[in-house]
Amino acid sequence: MSHHNDSAKFLVGVYDDDEVVLKAVTEVKSAGVRIHEVYTPFPIHGLDVALGHPRTRIGIAAFLFGLTGFLTMVSLTFYTMGYDWPMIIGGKDNYAYPAYVPVMFELTVLFTALGMVGTFLVSNGLGPTTKPLMFDLRSTDNKFVMAIDLGKNKKTEAEIATVLRASGAAEVNVKQF
Amino acid sequence: MHVTSPVRTPLVTGGKTYADVTEDICKQVEGKPTRAWTIAFVISFVVLIYGTCCVFWTWWEGLGVWGLNKTVGWAWDITNFVWWVGIGHAGTLISAILLLFRMKYRTSINRAAEAMTIFAVICAASFILMHMGRPWLAYWALPLPNAFGSLWVNFNSPLVWDVFAISTYFTVSLVFWYMGLVPDLATIRDRATSKVSRYIYGAFSLGWNGGAKTWARYEYISLILAGISTPLVLSVHTIVSMDFATSVIPGWHTTIFPPYFVAGAIFSGFAMVQNLMLITRVVFKLEDYITFEHIESMNKIITLTGSIVGVAYITEFFIAWYSGVEYERYAFLNRMLGPYWWAYWAMMTCNVISPQLFWSRKIRRSITWTFVLSVIVNIGMWFERFVIIVTSLHRDYLPSSWAMFSPTMFDIGDYIFSFGLFFTLFLLFAKFLPVINMFEVKAIIRSASEKLPASVSGVAKGESVTSPTFNKNVE
Repeated sequence: MSHHNDSAKFLVGVYDDDEVVLKAVTEVKSAGVRIHEVYTPFPIHGLDVALGHPRTRIGIAAFLFGLTGFLTMVSLTFYTMGYDWPMIIGGKDNYAYPAYVPVMFELTVLFTALGMVGTFLVSNGLGPTTKPLMFDLRSTDNKFVMAIDLGKNKKTEAEIATVLRASGAAEVNVKQF
Repeated sequence: MHVTSPVRTPLVTGGKTYADVTEDICKQVEGKPTRAWTIAFVISFVVLIYGTCCVFWTWWEGLGVWGLNKTVGWAWDITNFVWWVGIGHAGTLISAILLLFRMKYRTSINRAAEAMTIFAVICAASFILMHMGRPWLAYWALPLPNAFGSLWVNFNSPLVWDVFAISTYFTVSLVFWYMGLVPDLATIRDRATSKVSRYIYGAFSLGWNGGAKTWARYEYISLILAGISTPLVLSVHTIVSMDFATSVIPGWHTTIFPPYFVAGAIFSGFAMVQNLMLITRVVFKLEDYITFEHIESMNKIITLTGSIVGVAYITEFFIAWYSGVEYERYAFLNRMLGPYWWAYWAMMTCNVISPQLFWSRKIRRSITWTFVLSVIVNIGMWFERFVIIVTSLHRDYLPSSWAMFSPTMFDIGDYIFSFGLFFTLFLLFAKFLPVINMFEVKAIIRSASEKLPASVSGVAKGESVTSPTFNKNVE
């Protein structure tokens, strides 16, 4: 997470309900407060759109990885069966490609899955040594947490706290990293 | 606001809130092992040790310790391999195909079913290694350059396709399952009280914090993983069936094999999921999450796939007769009436007749019936593979080489090994990882719980939190 700097001070709105937090995002934004991110125990559909996050392009990466896998197997079968040690099997062409469709398919799937998941982990900065940036430990249990970076907002702490409470936050806490 | 038709029966009972879900599922991971778990684990582990000794001896002495002869060169090894791979298919079906179909009932069973897939594929792979006789040369199956021998692997061979299919299937299933676990591992990490578990679950949860952007990407990759796993799972058993279908052995040389094998795989896999979930549900007290609705839904799939398998058996017979090929005709008559008639009729009874009992709603929703019939289905599916493999081989074109196969203690011991391995792995999973996908259950309870939709957050029991009075103090 690139935004993370040492002296960042956050205001954390803790919501009890997923439908409330989804509505709150629009309310808080229209009150002129910049939201850092919302952390939830499960995916809430429409939350990323409400927050204005751009649509992920990870599908393009997945396609390119799949294509790489496919071309790898096309090349490997062509090299081994058609070029390096050609054999006549069952009176067919050396490069009897219909018989290689299963392996081409398998490698396409394998490369897509591994490449896409790898891209996902890298682009989200996830890894075994990553320290999770937790604004409230309950956000992986039953609370919906909205983090506001005070350094990136013009409003005062008290003003933002009022906005958060008005939008339905059950608690408003301060979190310093 | 989600609105659910009241006609729909709830998938999560007991009026659970989000916090209840976390508590109910994490309890198992955080607490001390129960007595039932410990006893089951010790038994599985002892079985595994016995099996390992048998496998060791098989490798040390060679495949001569099995009951194979020059006519029947494949028997229990490949039977067990196909059986385990087939069982694995249910996990992917539940997690991928039911995700694409937006079936909500999968959320309570997908985690354990996917774990079952992975362990079943490990068991299947162990028979591939065993039947090689010299497993240290297993890498010969990979397309390695000529320095390792004079030739490349033959990509025309379904056995080579199998190498790619099984290894891809294992890898992708593992990745899919693990990615599904990450958010739940983060939940356990954030609840952990001991340093060790915070460290271990912390490392495996990869620093997950559930940000909206991460979730959006996460849902996207889950959908693509489901999308590619669906044709993958179908391809795996298709390719397994082609190990037989592309040969010219009467009884194997059949174009119906791919769909018939895939249906059989799902059939046996769901039966195994039933067996595992019915026990897990009682031992871990998860009756509110794995309800009769889940049991019934799975039984419906068992009936459907069992019927497909039944139609396939009859079609095979008809085509053998209709083909006019006397060897094909003999192969099938020999299955039904020859010396292995008992295996054939065991298969027919267990797979074709027994699942039809599920047409009765009472039986479909009965735990005892479900458990017993699921065991019967898996016995039947084992016999199906035995019938296909052994009865097609034991009487070949030369009557002078006709033979019978009878298993030795090592055939049996190596099969026992796979049970020990499977249950040891499953019990370890059930103890140390959340057996139910917490975040997915939380995501559906608002619409799938019996309580008022608003009460799931646990704050406003009985009244709607989105009521217009809510923002009164702002106005």
